Amino acid sequence: MTEITSLSLFELIKNIKEKKISSNEIAKSFVDRSEKSKKLNAYVTENFENCLNLSKEFDNKPNFDLKLPGIPIAVKDLFCTNEVRTTAGSNILNNFVPSYESTVTQNIWNEGGILLGKLNCDEFAMGSSNETSFFGNVQNPIAKDLVPGGSSGGSSSALAANLTPVTIGTDTGGSIRQPASFTGTVGLKPTYGSCSRYGIVAFASSLDQAGPMSKDVKDSSILLEVISSFDKKDSTSIDFKRNNYSSELTKNIKGIKIGIPKEYRVDGMPDEIENLWKKGIEYAKDCGAEIIDISLPHSSYALPTYYIVAPAEASSNLARYDGVKYGLRSYGESLIDMYEKTRSEGFGEEVKRRIMIGTYVLSSGYYDAYYLKAQKVRQLIKQDFDQAYNTVDAILTPSTPSSAFKIGEKSNDPVSMYLNDIFTVPVNLAGLPGISIPAGVDKNNYPLGLQIIGKPFDEQTVLNIAYSMEEKINYKNNITDWWMK
Amino acid sequence: MAIDLKTVKHISKLARISLEEKKAEKLADDMNSIFKFIEKLNELKTENVEPLTSIAETTLRFREDKITSDNIREKILKNSPEKNDDFFVVPKVVE
Repeated sequence: MTEITSLSLFELIKNIKEKKISSNEIAKSFVDRSEKSKKLNAYVTENFENCLNLSKEFDNKPNFDLKLPGIPIAVKDLFCTNEVRTTAGSNILNNFVPSYESTVTQNIWNEGGILLGKLNCDEFAMGSSNETSFFGNVQNPIAKDLVPGGSSGGSSSALAANLTPVTIGTDTGGSIRQPASFTGTVGLKPTYGSCSRYGIVAFASSLDQAGPMSKDVKDSSILLEVISSFDKKDSTSIDFKRNNYSSELTKNIKGIKIGIPKEYRVDGMPDEIENLWKKGIEYAKDCGAEIIDISLPHSSYALPTYYIVAPAEASSNLARYDGVKYGLRSYGESLIDMYEKTRSEGFGEEVKRRIMIGTYVLSSGYYDAYYLKAQKVRQLIKQDFDQAYNTVDAILTPSTPSSAFKIGEKSNDPVSMYLNDIFTVPVNLAGLPGISIPAGVDKNNYPLGLQIIGKPFDEQTVLNIAYSMEEKINYKNNITDWWMK
Repeated sequence: MAIDLKTVKHISKLARISLEEKKAEKLADDMNSIFKFIEKLNELKTENVEPLTSIAETTLRFREDKITSDNIREKILKNSPEKNDDFFVVPKVVE
């Protein structure tokens, strides 16, 4: 049999149900491989011993009716986990141990999943390369000193390196889809309101969504089915009829109309990306889809809009870190002095930069010029999509404007870093579902992804198109385990 | 419009983040390059556009004002940097 750690989630579940492997054997395999992979720096907090114990408990009293029977899963360290340290990649939460569980992770444990550990991420999910984490850079298993993308960089690295069968990330402007694209894996950002935000360390509340990351599309459908739920504890959770995403998954997408937005052909886009997109269009046609040219005229305004809305919301959300009730406290002469020193020492440079931008755009005299303006443009961006969906069922674009870059290559220029999210940000602004699937490689053999964007609450169509195209693309990651040598 | 050092210092006060002189200069540079990029929005006329405040087109739900958690005082206090019995301790705020 192939190594346990290289099996898909679907295969692991099948094997466990047929009693060919035990939960403990699976847990042991992933723990062993994770132990040997410390060089990747994918974990912030390990839960290995607990995981092994819980897997034994599962084997003693197995329940094969569950959707994730005895499956160990590592999650992004942005999800609060009861009694397990949760840092959000920040020094200010270095010692924070939640007394409650996020709804999304609770849903996973309820279906038999077992926490394997907490995965590294950009500080407060602010970054596109995992370089802003207080806990250091994460290596991309594809090649040494390559970023794994971000902000769910620990998640994408651990997943691609087979340290966890599947994982969950969060996506505010591309933080699931971009790292998936950089590591040759699948990442899905669901419709805003699908997965509860309760217990997720907040970045930008009108944009944040949790979603599955996996080695193939089928696994994402299984995990989405588990984590997507209506939750009273999240005031923007939406009560809609959720599909049985995995059992309704089909490769038959004959007659589905897929739009190609001309505005995504941006200046300076490498030929490799252009060619990948063209190939993607051919694959979609081969799958039976009808290709239609569309226009999303306000696309180029999405990033500037995002860099007002997201920092504004972040500056408000991060006001809670004051050194009083939890987290880091620095010594100060007075209360205000304590606040200022705590926040100065507790936050990293990128987080401070975004808090400053957010505070500025919300400050007296500038609100109308920036925040209100951005909300209006956000409306126009959403209307673009509404309009497009009158004629198409989904939209196909590249996931990112480049493949993974080297650690340090872009960290000194915030704007060039922000440009990474040019194709993913509009999807968050409009609250839509989007998936990135691996679709090819560049000249260095680094993975490249394609993005499929769907109508609100139509994750099923997005998954079906991805599932169908995945078979035609037949992408395989070539990972040499270089970090173990 | 350029963001000067004075503005950066004012904003850092509002944001309750203390800032060294050297860092403030770097931050002013960064903010200026980011705002240059943001200014692109001024190309668009938006007088008659309704601002989009929430993507979820639902009105916020009401719920009963009822305590649902058990007695979790100990658990909450466990995370505090400094405590005294059942209280969070902060630097003196009254003279």
